[in-house]
Parts: sequence; structure tokens; C-alpha cells
Amino acid sequence: MSEVQERFHRMKDLPSTHLLGTGTAMCSGCGGLEALHEIYDVLGEKTVFVNAAGCMTLLSVYPFTPFRGSWLYTAMASATAGAQGIRDALDILKQKKQITEEEDLEVVTLTGDGAAYGMGMASTSGAMERDLDFIYICYDNEGYGNTGQQYSGATPHAAKTATSKGARGFAGYKKDLFSIWTAHKPTYVATVIGSEPLDLARKIEKARNLTGPRMIIALAPCPTGWDYDPKLTVEIGKLAVKTGIWPLKEYIDGEVVHTKVPRQRVPVEEYLKLQGRFRHLFEPERNDALLEELQAKVDNYWEGVS
Amino acid sequence: MSRALLTGNGAAAWGARLAQVDYIPAFPITPQTEIIENLAKWIDTDEMDSRLVTLESEHSMITAAGAAAATGVRVFSATSSQGLLYGMEMLYTVAGWRAPFVLVNVSRGLAAPITLESDHNDILAARDCGFLQIHCTTCQEVLDSTLIAYRLAEHHSVRLPVIVNLDGFYLSFTREPVELPDAEAAAKFVGNYDAENVQFRASAPTSQAVAVLGGTPYSYFRYEIHLAAQQGLKVYDEVATEFAQQFGRKHEAVEAYRCDDADYVFVMLGSFASKAKAAVDQLRDAGWSIGLVRPRLLRPFPAERFYQLLKSKKGAAVIDQNISMGKGGVLHSELASVLYGKPDAPPVLTSFIGGLGGRDISQEELFEMAKVTRDAYEKSETPAPRLLFTQDEMREVHKLQAVAHVERQELEKDHE
Repeated sequence: MSEVQERFHRMKDLPSTHLLGTGTAMCSGCGGLEALHEIYDVLGEKTVFVNAAGCMTLLSVYPFTPFRGSWLYTAMASATAGAQGIRDALDILKQKKQITEEEDLEVVTLTGDGAAYGMGMASTSGAMERDLDFIYICYDNEGYGNTGQQYSGATPHAAKTATSKGARGFAGYKKDLFSIWTAHKPTYVATVIGSEPLDLARKIEKARNLTGPRMIIALAPCPTGWDYDPKLTVEIGKLAVKTGIWPLKEYIDGEVVHTKVPRQRVPVEEYLKLQGRFRHLFEPERNDALLEELQAKVDNYWEGVS
Repeated sequence: MSRALLTGNGAAAWGARLAQVDYIPAFPITPQTEIIENLAKWIDTDEMDSRLVTLESEHSMITAAGAAAATGVRVFSATSSQGLLYGMEMLYTVAGWRAPFVLVNVSRGLAAPITLESDHNDILAARDCGFLQIHCTTCQEVLDSTLIAYRLAEHHSVRLPVIVNLDGFYLSFTREPVELPDAEAAAKFVGNYDAENVQFRASAPTSQAVAVLGGTPYSYFRYEIHLAAQQGLKVYDEVATEFAQQFGRKHEAVEAYRCDDADYVFVMLGSFASKAKAAVDQLRDAGWSIGLVRPRLLRPFPAERFYQLLKSKKGAAVIDQNISMGKGGVLHSELASVLYGKPDAPPVLTSFIGGLGGRDISQEELFEMAKVTRDAYEKSETPAPRLLFTQDEMREVHKLQAVAHVERQELEKDHE
């Protein structure tokens, strides 16, 4: 494993050739696309991306695609079942010697949080239980972004969305997908974020060199859905890590390891106040109680991290 | 060639085995389950070189089936009823991928109320999705149709998935003598799967099933599916003719039984057509001039074939084992649409709904339907569509209601 990590020791080790084409329909400042660019540079073009309904469905619009490799759009609930069909078919073709090993592809499921945290969970659970050899990339922009940011199972507490516009925002709490996935004991689970490209590249490289279900959740700051200036995507991403809101971690061999522990955590409000979806916590008057509750939740999480 | 006593499910499994399918995404559902159990057993005992994977739902199963076909292997799958509807989104989706495979549906009525027994509302819900449909009356047909379905699906001018339909219980669990083609002969007939340009390979990156923007490209691709489905009629005839030459059994797109000189015909799908054939024989013995028209191919709809068969008839009794709520029989509407305004179209097209949820259609009812149709012709007055239900059945329901009522009263007394 250490050998693998050495490929990406420093920032300058990151791939300098960028494989994903530009000029897509994604919004400017899309944190999901930022992460996907970095992921694609590591995974390369010997891949087939199996997509579920979401923002990134609009990456490949006839007759254009930014992918140098292959792509299959499926539906919202069953991208992972599509991955199953492709993986099985490629294995059958290899076994029957109808294709050579060189023709094989890495099968990559690409979905948003709407599919990953909700509708697609059964098919993903099934794939992990069957030990499907694939990579799952969830770009998590914490809401049904492609339809205008309604709350989803990934929406954080108190966030204002198109369907939680009240004074307290979203009443629910962000689902712990990382734990749900690790409970299946897949080969690998990791959280990443585009604003930490070295950590991301190391994890994708690690996943690439393993077999079985390799599950990646990329927090995807979303200028349109989170209501902030697109130029702040990287800064908000960095703050998500520094405040401890988005723990960077990985699960492998039954253990969870935090890959970047923010020793001196920045107060969460530094992250929240840059985003319109949390403006009601500060205006017209500061909601100290709710801010404290959000801070306490983060503190509580990190207290449990040894 | 050998002979075996097989259930409809057994015949479907043999069809998949003889077609040498590579991949079987599966999910159990009554009354289909025996098909995948047979296939799983043959794979376990190395009698079949195939891979069976049980998905966690039919939605996933049909996704995996389409995705594997889109990668370039020969795929078989099977389902029933609720399962077909659970996968409905993907039936439409994978048909658009133009990745051919064969899906067997064992027809069963739809909830609510939930039931296990047969009717055609499940398969007719999939009428418009882009899958072609072959409907069977005998176990032999199930096997033969599965082989024919691969040829049809994979044909260069079609490239669409095909559903082979058989009725739950009446066919799925009924044993009939079935001729099993030799494995080599069947393999030769079906041929190797040519994925054409629908496949995923590292050396030839491709984007499949991408989004379109606007109605123009959308309409183009949707029309393509429709036109390909229509090509299926000609292709079906070629394939069925070749099948007959090799195996001695001709399965016409539309079966016509004692129709040539008939004044009246029954029109219906599926296994109950066996009963209608018997009724035709009995009515003929009683001096009637009557026959049976049974579409095997429902999609593409053999419109011209129907017209030729029904032209100059006095009347047709259309028996629908389905019900479009608020409209009536689906087959009746479809038939009316292809006959309307045509010269010498039968002036009377009576509509009967029967056989829902496994309810029998008795010979007496078939005789009555013939009589109603003849009376309609003679009076030049077509009666309203009729829902088959007898006085005895009504009494049975009243009894059940009475029991329910008494039980409710007892419960309420306990609460007082």
C-alpha cells in the first residue's frame, strides 16, 4: 500500500495531463466536477462510467461527451445494477476468450447524493453484498441539485433548500452514508473533496489498485444549490475539512482511518457563513442556539476519533 | 430431437439453455421462479456454461440485463406481474439502448388486490415500451418462441429486446409433451451473438444511452425504435419460416384456426385460446361457421394480417384477459383501430373481459359470446362490452362479504 501512496507524495506528483474534456453543462464552480476532473486523471480512460439521473447526466449530451473512455446512462435507482451487468459481461467475455485482458475496463458508478443516499441504495447494497468489483463515486452536493436543490437524505441540519425554506431550514440530519457503506464491509470506502487533491488522488489510486466494491463519497460544494459565489468553491471545500464538518477518512480491512485530522478546528460558522443556505443562522439576527448545536455535533464527532 | 414432459416454465428454461445464453440476471417471483431455479441447477451441474446473478429487484435485474447486452453478451431473464411493473422504468430504458435480449414474462394479475393467478394486465402494461412481444398458448410454443425471439431480437434491422409471454399457472405449471430440439441444431439456428456496434471495449470507447436536448433528437431516436419494431414483422416471418423448415413447427405471427370459411371468429391471446379452439370445434359440430384468430406477435402489431383474416367476417368476439380501467379490453381497442374504415371490415366487434386473476372462461361462456356476436350482426347492433361474471360467482362474493361483515361485528362487540 505504501508503494501505491508514493505515486502521489506531493502536489507536484499529481497528473499534469487532464483527461476530462471541458465545456460541459455543469455550473461554474461545480465542486462535483472539480472532484471528477481529479478522479478521472487518476482512473484514466480505460473506464466505463455508469451514471444515475443527476446533474452529471448532462455531461454526456448527444453528440458530445467529455469522457475519453466509455459511458452508460441508466436511471436514478439502478446505476450500480448497470455496473453489475457490464462487469459480469466483461468477465464472461474474458472467460470465454472473446476479448483480451487489454480490452477490459474499470467499471465506475457515478451518481449524486440523491441516488446514493436514497433511491439507489438498494442496488448499491446489493452490489456490495455480491462483492461486485467496481468503483462507486458519489458527488454529494447535499440535495437534489439538478432539480433546484430540494432537500435529500444528504442535506445537513438547518440548511435552507427549495423545500426547506422555513426559519430553521432542514429539520432532518445528514445521513451517515459512510457508515452505511462500511457496514457492508466492502473492500474500500473513502471520503474525498476536490479542494484536497492530494488526499483525493491517493485514495483514488489506492482504490484503483484494489478489487471488490470501492466506494467514494466526494463532498461537492455547489454554488447554485448552496448559494455562494462560484469562486469560493475551493475555499468552502477547504473550510469543510478545516472545520471538521467533512472528515476525510477511509475504511480498509475493517478499520476507519482519518487521513487528515484538523487538530485546530476552525469554528463551523466560518464554513456556514459563506453560504446563502445558512444565512438565516446569521441574519436578521444570529441564531446562537442553532449555531452551537451545529458546532456541538462536529465537536462530538471528533471527540470520538482517536 | 427428444420428447419431454415439461411445464411452461421448464420449456422457457430449456429455451434459454438451448439458446446458449451467457448471462442470466434473476429475481424470484411467483409463478416464474421455477425458470431461474432450473437454470441455476444446470449451471451448478455444468450442463450450462452461463452465469446467473440474483439482483435485489427486478428494476436492477432489467438494468443489469440491458447493461450486459450493451456490453456484448447474450442475456436471458424472466419475471412476472409485479416484478415486470417494478422494472417498468427500465423496460422503456433498455429498449432504447437497442441492446437485444430475451425476457420471459409469466403473466399474473396485478395488485390491488394482490393475487398470484394469471391475467394479461402485466404484459399489456409493457405494451408501449419498445420490447417486442410473443404470446404463447402451449409449452412447445414457449420453448420454440424463446429460440425465435433471440433471432428476432438480434436481427440487424430490429435490435430490440423481446418478451416471450406465457400464462401463470395455466401454462407455467401445466406439463405438456414438448419436442426438445437437439442442442447443436438449436445452437445453429440461433447462431452466435453479434453485438454489432453495441459493446464496451477499452480499444473502442463509446457513450451509450446519453441524454438528448430537445424534441428533435428525442423524436428521431424514438421513431427509430418504432420503425425497428415494425421491421420485426417481416423478420419474424422469415425466422418463423426458417424455424419451420428446420424443426417442422410453424408458428405464425397470427394463428388462424378454422377461419377460412368462418362467418364469426373469436380473437384472443394466450393459453385460454386452447379452450376457444375446443369451443370452435364444438360449435362447428353444431353447425356454426366459426373460427379463432390468435395473435402470437402483439408487438409489432400485425395489423395487415388481422385485416386479411377478419375481412368479410360478419363479426368477431374479442376476449380480453385484461382490463384497461375506465376503457375496457386492450386487444379490442387495438383491433378496432386497425379495422376502422377498412373495406369489408367486420361490422360487429363485440368485447368481453374475462379470465382476470385466473378466473376460468367456461365453454358455456364461449358459446354465449358466439351467440351474442351473431345476434349483434343479425340485429345490426353491437352490445356494450361485457364483464364475464356469473350468478354463482356473485353468490360466492356475497358469502365472503357476509363473513367479513359478521367478523367486523364480532370485533366491534369485543371493543364495546
